[in-house]
Amino acid sequence: MVKHIIPNTLLETLEALNSSSYHIMAGGTDLMIQKRNSAGTVPKFSKNVLYIANLKELDFIRFDEKTCLSHIGAATKLEDIHTHEKVPPLLKDIIGDIGGPGIRHSGTLGGNIANASPAGDGLVGLYLLDAEIKITSLNDERIIPIKKFIKGVRFVDLKDNEIITEIIIPSCPFTNYKWVKVGGRKADSISKVSFAGLYKINNGLVEDIRFAFGSVATTVARNVELENSLKNKSIPAIIDELPRILEECDKIIAPISDQRSNKEYRRKVALNIVENFIKELKEF
Amino acid sequence: MKKIKFTLNNKEVEVNLSPGMRLLDVLRDHFHLTGTKEGCGEGECGACSVLINGRVTNSCCVPLGNVQGKSVMTIEGYTKTKRYEILKEAFHFEGGSQCGICTPGMILAAESLLSLNPHPTEQEIRIGLSGNLCRCTGYNMIIKAVQLAAKLGEGLW
Repeated sequence: MVKHIIPNTLLETLEALNSSSYHIMAGGTDLMIQKRNSAGTVPKFSKNVLYIANLKELDFIRFDEKTCLSHIGAATKLEDIHTHEKVPPLLKDIIGDIGGPGIRHSGTLGGNIANASPAGDGLVGLYLLDAEIKITSLNDERIIPIKKFIKGVRFVDLKDNEIITEIIIPSCPFTNYKWVKVGGRKADSISKVSFAGLYKINNGLVEDIRFAFGSVATTVARNVELENSLKNKSIPAIIDELPRILEECDKIIAPISDQRSNKEYRRKVALNIVENFIKELKEF
Repeated sequence: MKKIKFTLNNKEVEVNLSPGMRLLDVLRDHFHLTGTKEGCGEGECGACSVLINGRVTNSCCVPLGNVQGKSVMTIEGYTKTKRYEILKEAFHFEGGSQCGICTPGMILAAESLLSLNPHPTEQEIRIGLSGNLCRCTGYNMIIKAVQLAAKLGEGLW
């Protein structure tokens, strides 16, 4: 018999996790569908369930002026992040393209991360912004970069007694950014391909440039070495390197064919988008 | 197991059901509030939309345990409000409802939008209703209905 626990505090949550293995239920927008059963019956949960959607301690957005870090509670609703003035604009845009209003009013950022879907839009922004994940257990706390936390398709570095409590995002000054989501519908779709890119120009030179793809590999595809090789160059110099950039991008993506799209389309579109991103670089 | 308490259509209710049940099923099967429909059952169509603390939510994705202590409003409760009367009039006038299956969800999504933004632009209305599918109207008549409601209901939202 599956046990259901609705804790009132984070401490109660951590104590429960310390004693047994649980499905952690945040907004439910992924888990309720994955475990879906016939109408009128309880979903097919294979483990006990812990309901954390209403924990106030995990519902916050703070910007620390001193460290220039944004702190987002793991159970903060996607719509609250999308509409918050202190959240980096790129991330706000990306999150506004997740689901529809009815999904964003219940889905959480912690859930988007823990679900570790190859098509998780939020992950693309978090990879690009070098977000870190705070993981808490009854007796310990650790902070790791998102790219280390996500280990594969629906596979994350989270022990049975741990829970994601916070997402920490360094501020990232930029001149321009680009977010593209390719889906079957304008809204409420799961990405076939997604792309986020961001750059900062200083005195005619590219000081920072980052770009990453979603839905074309087991998780977000980003090549930091390639980005570094483009820094401190002028825009025309980078555009001259477009063939090399496309070749390098081609190496880091490994799209598959599934019910939403096919690998040829995904590869072509992903490379077209990065090509446009590079060609559209501008000083202001 | 502890009972789950929440407010349903402005009344305190208490249920002795598994917290894992879909809110959609609890509303339809336990409370017989069948204005909330199951369309896709996976959060893509919005036929199951309800308001939770005033915000439109897909009840097919919400476990009962998540509404503990919250306020849930279905179309049955919402029809007792003045705001509904305005939306109804506007939907009638613009032909914003045809077969009707999406209508409860559309009305509640419109309420959720107007309560936060009483004077939305066309684009904002399109985003506000973007989680609700309609196979009859082609959407334009629904968008017009919400624009009309915002005008007719000036001061209500």
